[in-house]
Amino acid sequence: MTASILTVDDSASIRLTTRVALSNAGYTVTEAVDGQDGLSKIKSGNFDIIVTDLNMPNMDGLTMIRELRKLPAHTGVPVIFLTTESDNELKQQAKAAGATGWLTKPFDPESLVKIVKKVLGR
Amino acid sequence: MSFPDPIAVFRTEAAELLEQVETGLLDLNHDLTDKEQVDAVFRGLHTLKGSGAMFGFEALAAFTHHCETAFDQVRKGIVPATHDLVTAVLSATDHMRALIEVPNGDHDAVSETLLAKLRAAVTAAGGGGAVAAPAAIAASAAPNTPAAPAAPATTTYKMRFSLPANSMANGTNPLGLLDELRDLGECRIKADQSSIPSLDMLMPTDLYLTWDIVLTTEQPRSAIDDVFIFVMDEMQLDLEVVDVPSAPAAAQPAPAAAPATPVATADPPAAPAVSSEHAPAAAKANPVADAKQAKSAENVRVPAERLDELMDRVGELVIAQSRLSQLAGVSGDLQLRAVSEDVERLSGELRDTMMVLRMVPVTHLFGRFRRLVHDLAIETGKSIELITEGETTEVDKSVIERLADPLVHLVRNSCDHGLESAQERVAAGKSETGRIYLTARQQAGEVIITIKDDGRGINRDRVRAKAESSGLITPNANLTDQELLQLIFQPGFSTAQQVTNLSGRGVGMDVVKRTIDALRGTINVVSHNGQGSEISLAIPLTLAIIDGLLVRVGNGRYVIPLSAVEECLELSVDEDMRSRGRSFISLRDSLVPFIRLRELFHTGTAPDPFQKVVVISTGSERVGLVVDQIIGDHQTVIKGMSKLHHDVATFSGATILGDGGVALILDVGHLVAEGQHQEAHLRAAG
Repeated sequence: MTASILTVDDSASIRLTTRVALSNAGYTVTEAVDGQDGLSKIKSGNFDIIVTDLNMPNMDGLTMIRELRKLPAHTGVPVIFLTTESDNELKQQAKAAGATGWLTKPFDPESLVKIVKKVLGR
Repeated sequence: MSFPDPIAVFRTEAAELLEQVETGLLDLNHDLTDKEQVDAVFRGLHTLKGSGAMFGFEALAAFTHHCETAFDQVRKGIVPATHDLVTAVLSATDHMRALIEVPNGDHDAVSETLLAKLRAAVTAAGGGGAVAAPAAIAASAAPNTPAAPAAPATTTYKMRFSLPANSMANGTNPLGLLDELRDLGECRIKADQSSIPSLDMLMPTDLYLTWDIVLTTEQPRSAIDDVFIFVMDEMQLDLEVVDVPSAPAAAQPAPAAAPATPVATADPPAAPAVSSEHAPAAAKANPVADAKQAKSAENVRVPAERLDELMDRVGELVIAQSRLSQLAGVSGDLQLRAVSEDVERLSGELRDTMMVLRMVPVTHLFGRFRRLVHDLAIETGKSIELITEGETTEVDKSVIERLADPLVHLVRNSCDHGLESAQERVAAGKSETGRIYLTARQQAGEVIITIKDDGRGINRDRVRAKAESSGLITPNANLTDQELLQLIFQPGFSTAQQVTNLSGRGVGMDVVKRTIDALRGTINVVSHNGQGSEISLAIPLTLAIIDGLLVRVGNGRYVIPLSAVEECLELSVDEDMRSRGRSFISLRDSLVPFIRLRELFHTGTAPDPFQKVVVISTGSERVGLVVDQIIGDHQTVIKGMSKLHHDVATFSGATILGDGGVALILDVGHLVAEGQHQEAHLRAAG
């Protein structure tokens, strides 16, 4: 069974890049446009890993991760967040909120696949 | 699988983002303190920079970064938003468009001019060193380079590795980490199980193991750091080199060196200290951010007309659904029936959801009465206390709007006529302060709003005298108490001895009646001499769709609002015969007046052998309606009557049935009043 991945980003181009990279690597990809959308998809779905942006309208990635960690059925799901070099403080906050790992933007698709593989433990 | 061109997607997205940034900037120019717009502008610039860098628009990313940094400072309150800053970023957005249009053009001069303006604006606003050195951007936008090739000698490491008990809750999988270590070379791992508690103390989601690892690898030390990169802050890792390779030892990176992985940047060695420094600040900042987020997440503002439109569509859906149900019922197709039942259930749920969407609490409506009563107390020189209850009761938005005026009249009336002066109250043995109770509550399909005062009550003799003198009733007319009290709602009726500013002109109370009638509501008046009066308005929760009871009278079909129906019973032939010539049936020892709809509507067809009586009520008054057949319940979308039928009192509207036919909706309030009137008339006669 292929692993199922939820990508959460308000940028359509980043979502597309993520989807192309991950579906070419054989994963099933679901997209969400912001934290709120992401959270509702998490609640109704069953994902093996979540890749999320942090800075988004409606609900940011941090809030989404915090909310996600409160859901008993999803406490253990790994969360990778996308961040920029300048977001060091955010990185600390995201880790405190319960994120598993991160990927620095801009990223190349192979890095994303590699990191997803790493976190999924193959 | 084929995907659209990411660059094209990015261009479209960038155009939208720039538009969003511009709108935000323009709004911000109107109100420089608008935090929401600052956030929106920052977010737009941030996304533009991030996506730009992803798709090779490096000049755009670098340029946008400066604007983002400036707005980050505004966002964090370091620099206030100024008109100059807004203008500088606005001109910058035009340049960003050019950078997207021609990414490889020569933009440096323009970029520098615009950034100089931006820097000046930030400095003028009080920010120091606001815009970062371009070199930093170049670095972050530069493509990532893979790790340096490893030295081909082996090193043996001895490690003891543990993680905090709760780390699996963050999605960390320690076994995955150990697998990665195994990939690096020859690896022996032993789990230390000594910390596992007894079963009753064991938390199944917690981690109790510590691992002792001996790894012999050709990979550099950074590869090990790479494995632990995500848990670096939390983990305990004791690492010692037990077998140093002879030659390339000096070439090994220092243990504290940051891993050279392209995918992530490790925290500097001082990371734990940094994170503990940041933690309190984050904790302080977050509740505000969270509250704001939550607020924006909970509410969506929608223009009221759109809700009305949606309501119309739902109404049409309900009509279409009842046609489908009817067709499905007639046909023997089981599958069609199943689908039809699903649609019926869904449209019912949709209708209910729609109703809830339109519901707003009466809080706001009640709120304005505090001020009104306060003003009235001063104007009348009375001491008045307003007590409100049930503010959270929810009513259809359009109902609330139309209730405001009638309630103002009623509250004024209570203040002006109902409550006595302080002296009068004391003389009557009451407290000096008069009380007005304004309450709302839901009851079945209605909301009941009550205005009650502890004043003098309605003087029935004066009402009668006034009604007689103004020709509303004939002298000594036989009226029920309720009929007498309801006279105060007649046009031109006023019992106030003096005309006051507030309510004494006789306009008002009849307006109340008209408005409540239009809302298909009823008014009930209770009054006790010397103890006060209570006026209750019973209003249907919604105006658009009701549950109705579909009945047949002759060849015509009619809808009775289900909320008014008390019970249905058969009119036995005996009872029918006995009741000829009079208009009462006995219902559990009480006489209920009834109306033969066949006679009222002059149907002219032969009656069904078994007539039915539908007992309807408005609050305390009951009346039976004799019909030929009860067809069943029916979700009724109310359509107004045409202007031509404006004066028709027996019907409050019409609806379209499942088969496309039309049924008229009976006006319960009118029919009950009619029945009661008939009763009073007969009682007087006999």
